[in-house]
Amino acid sequence: MSQTSVTGTSGEERDDFSRAESRQIRSRSLRLLGSLLEPLRARLVVGIVVIIVSTAAQVAGPALIAFGIDRGLPSLMKNDWMPLALAGAAYLATGVIGAALVAWFTVLSARISQAVLLDLRRRVFLQTQRLSLEFHESYTSGRIISRQTSDLDSIRELLDSGINNLVQGALYMVFVGLALLLVDPLSAAVLLVSLVPLAILTRWFQLRSQRVFRQTRTASANVIVKFVETMTGIRAVKAFRTETRNEGDFGELVEDYRQVNARVIRLFGIYNPGLVLIGNVTVAVVLLVGGLRVFEGQLAVGALLAVVLYTRRFFDPMEDMAMFYNSYQSAAAALEKISGVLEEQPSVPDPAAPIDLWTSKGHVRFSDVEFAYAGDRVILPTFDLDIPAGQTVALVGSTGAGKSTLAKLVSRFYDPSTGEVSLDGIDLRSLHPKDLRRAIVMVTQEAYLFSGTVADNIAIGKPDASFDEITAAARAVGAHEFIEGLPNGYETDVNKRGGRVSAGQRQLISFARAFLADPAVLILDEATASLDIPSERLVQNALQTLLADRTAIIIAHRLSTVAIADRVLVMEHGRIVEDGTPADLIAGTGRFAALHASWRESLA
Amino acid sequence: MSTPPPPSTLASLGRLYRYAKPAMPRIYVAIVASLLASLVALAIPQVLQWLIDGPLTGTDVSLVWFSVGLVLALGVAEAGLIALRRWLVLTPGTHVEAHMRNSLYRQLQRLPVAFHDRWPSGQLLSRAIGDLNLIRRWMAFGFVILIVNSLTLVIGFVILVSLNWILGMIFVVASVPVLIYGYAFEKRYSRAARRGQDQQGDLATAVEESVHGIRVLKAFGRGSHALKRFETQAEELQGTELEKARAVAGIWLWLLLVPDVAFAVALVVGVWLAQSGSSSVGELVAFFATGTVLLFPIQSMGYFLAMTIDAKTATNRFFEVMDEVNTIVDPISPKTIEKPQGRLVFSDAHFRYQDSPSRFPDLLDGIDLVIEPGETMALVGLTGSGKTTLTALPTRLYDVTGGSVSLDGVDVRDLALDELRAHIAMAFEDATLFSATVRENVLLGRPDATEADLEEALDIAQAQFAFDLPNGLDTRVGEEGLSLSGGQRQRLALARAVAARPSVLVLDDPLSALDVTTEQLVEAALRRVLASTTALIVAHRPSTVSLADRVALMQDGRITAVGTHSELIASNAHYRFVISSLDNQTQAQPAHTENVS
Repeated sequence: MSQTSVTGTSGEERDDFSRAESRQIRSRSLRLLGSLLEPLRARLVVGIVVIIVSTAAQVAGPALIAFGIDRGLPSLMKNDWMPLALAGAAYLATGVIGAALVAWFTVLSARISQAVLLDLRRRVFLQTQRLSLEFHESYTSGRIISRQTSDLDSIRELLDSGINNLVQGALYMVFVGLALLLVDPLSAAVLLVSLVPLAILTRWFQLRSQRVFRQTRTASANVIVKFVETMTGIRAVKAFRTETRNEGDFGELVEDYRQVNARVIRLFGIYNPGLVLIGNVTVAVVLLVGGLRVFEGQLAVGALLAVVLYTRRFFDPMEDMAMFYNSYQSAAAALEKISGVLEEQPSVPDPAAPIDLWTSKGHVRFSDVEFAYAGDRVILPTFDLDIPAGQTVALVGSTGAGKSTLAKLVSRFYDPSTGEVSLDGIDLRSLHPKDLRRAIVMVTQEAYLFSGTVADNIAIGKPDASFDEITAAARAVGAHEFIEGLPNGYETDVNKRGGRVSAGQRQLISFARAFLADPAVLILDEATASLDIPSERLVQNALQTLLADRTAIIIAHRLSTVAIADRVLVMEHGRIVEDGTPADLIAGTGRFAALHASWRESLA
Repeated sequence: MSTPPPPSTLASLGRLYRYAKPAMPRIYVAIVASLLASLVALAIPQVLQWLIDGPLTGTDVSLVWFSVGLVLALGVAEAGLIALRRWLVLTPGTHVEAHMRNSLYRQLQRLPVAFHDRWPSGQLLSRAIGDLNLIRRWMAFGFVILIVNSLTLVIGFVILVSLNWILGMIFVVASVPVLIYGYAFEKRYSRAARRGQDQQGDLATAVEESVHGIRVLKAFGRGSHALKRFETQAEELQGTELEKARAVAGIWLWLLLVPDVAFAVALVVGVWLAQSGSSSVGELVAFFATGTVLLFPIQSMGYFLAMTIDAKTATNRFFEVMDEVNTIVDPISPKTIEKPQGRLVFSDAHFRYQDSPSRFPDLLDGIDLVIEPGETMALVGLTGSGKTTLTALPTRLYDVTGGSVSLDGVDVRDLALDELRAHIAMAFEDATLFSATVRENVLLGRPDATEADLEEALDIAQAQFAFDLPNGLDTRVGEEGLSLSGGQRQRLALARAVAARPSVLVLDDPLSALDVTTEQLVEAALRRVLASTTALIVAHRPSTVSLADRVALMQDGRITAVGTHSELIASNAHYRFVISSLDNQTQAQPAHTENVS
């Protein structure tokens, strides 16, 4: 694809990036993060103000206690309640304000993180739909699914608790440090010294955990892929008794995952007690430095208490911040991969200046078209083909002859490497996608049903269709009868992957879909393979009326389908080797004539 | 997915004991270590009190050094105990998680196909990954800390009260609203947590469908339509998450407010008490220092409570699958077939989905069919007449709901599943390949087969293309490998069924994706295998029917006629309707012009 090996999704499985590559990936994720936060600027500002005020309010506590003991007590001895009442009232006020603001901030930050997630979910989903089939065929569904599920989950975790922990923790430490500086600068100096081992420990932890976190993501993805594969192929699993073998394989993947998890946890098992140790030693030193001065009469007792309380509190959020680092690491790895997917350019891009085509006549034309997969061998060598509006063309040839590729060029699942495919004289690449999809519809052999009712599934052809239109479409393709026989008729839920609807019935539903869509050009790629003969006959009859006023390209292995064509194209090794009316070709001595003869034989 | 009354949090989490049992001794030790750490932390203020009331007002500076040394020692001990707690618990926690994950996988593989028909795989996946992660974290961390925090709070309160009962009581009284609010919080958060986790699973399903159905969405340009649906679901989830955040904000408010109010009141009252002489400054210092140590256990309560509720919900979701009773299991004392002949008999076999409304007749409504050893039986019928369901009965992918299916005179339910499925091999219309090499995929049913067997199977299925793949038979295919065309997949799936060398072959429209030339080649090769193997083949085409010795005609879940192709063509109008080719349709009445051979 591109020269740099880390652009887009390439290099996703590597963990040996060079410095330049790492920088490239990191800046890509940061750009993504920035663009996600951009629209939330106003909320972010409010959030930051709220958190600054609330943290300051929380930090005031020990200073007020010191004030109450050192100033309130002596004043009270002189029957002056004022300083103590002030300290008590201030403590109460900071408590109420602090708590209320923290509660507010909790909701606010949830709003922000949920907005980011929704935006990101939308973007990845949209991008998944936008990327061409070529991408999907090489990237595989399991990976794109884990981008949208487990990777998004780790970003959610970061946003949910991680950011709160970081902002609150960092601010808390800054404020505690400042308060300490105000109460007793010498203790603040001690605290400053303690930052040195703290920084060393944290850096060590960072370096060690970085690689392990990447491994965690890979290991969990492996578990997910195996799991999904087993569940979607459960019939074959059972029929071939692979349960035990699968258990072994899955067990190994789970064990790998467990081990990397354990490694992460072990790192925390060192880091976290290390933090506590540094904190407690610092408390002792502060106590010594302060205690000696109290002993000498240079420091008030209340101030000593405040200093000790502050020092202890200073280290409290460190653990939260380590948690942040935990979620940050996995989220960063996830973000790297997601930003890679988002960076992918669809090989079939939407036009910059789309041309509208309100009503299409259905005139399809290939001019000097050649097709090859990116940098790979040529599938379709240069050819020209003109399909006048209204013509029904049958594509015939053995597997791998290039029939489906040709069909995919017309439906713009792929773009030609050179030359152009046009509809009514407009290059498909500059046609407005909406108009393109309205004008050209392709029905494939694999008739996928989405969860929802049968009616929902037919309505995919025309989302605003009335119920009457839906039943009319079903009737036209002969699907009405079996649908009526389902437990809830058109409102029957088709369940997981149409589990209870037979393959033939699925194809009928997908036919009804295409019928409802009413396109100017209809492409049928082996769309009748699973139908029983009476159904096929119904579809065939329906096709004869359906195709009367539109262009059709039909790929079929069956002679019956070819019979209704105006024109037959025989393909071989990517080339069109015969082109003519069925009658002419049968009368001749070419491949089609031979093929036709063997078909007739097979019908006996 | 029925919803019985939700069990209590304790009862739900208690069920984890079965899995946590091996880790429990270490968890107990960890709780003790953690509790000791808390006690050590609580002891530090005591030293402070002694320091302030004693050495600091005295004259012996070495006592100051001594008490600081004591604080240091306690601090080091606390760090050591925390390290001990982490090292004790967290690794066994991962073992429990792995064990639960393997058990779930095992259970899911064993559960019948009917279960999988009902459950979207996204919902299963979110249980296997997210929920189990959550449970592990709760068990190793949340559970331990929750217990230790509660004990620390009790001990801390006792210390506070014993330091000064008036000041202590202020804290005790202040905790009452927290407890009340905590109860309300548990209810509110539980509901939202459950809803959130389910919505998460739904969203995962939506994502899966949008990826698996990408061709349809693209062909109809319905990407934006799917996006709208997805957005609605994502927004619903967002709403639930915000509801959870509001609940957490509510409890946070109380957890922060209450100690602060108590501190403020205690400050005024404490200083007043010190002034009146009923308390010392050291006592005050100790009181506030102790209060500060307790601050973290109090404030983190909300977090751990939420985590506990999330863990409860995750546990319930886990057991929803684990509790599912597997109806298709090995018999208690399995029979065995000594010399497999391959005689397959359906006797008055009935089948219906459990949840289908009673007004509907059985999907299979009394099937009587005998397939003699070595015989090939074609199954012909309209789409939806029950052919595929019938093919799922012999291997017990579904169990009959009435009547029986027997192999060589033994009811299939009396055979061990492994033995049964070794006797009968299947090829499905939608050919599933796994992420493995071609070789592994083909030899799925008989891993110990020789190279010659493998090549023969590929030959019969006309899957020689496999030799020309980038790495030949060692090319990885399936989800994580090379993607093959529908026809190629179907041929490999057929090769797989053939390679298993079963005594009975069950093929569900195995040639539908093949072009005519390939189909003819496969049929010719398949004839050799079928000569000696019992077979049941779902057929839509006369060409496939020609492989069979006899044909069974299915109509609305019943077998209405059995005979040879020619017999049925001659005698059965429905059969002619179902099988007679379109290509002779120009002759409007298929019956008399059909070329019957």
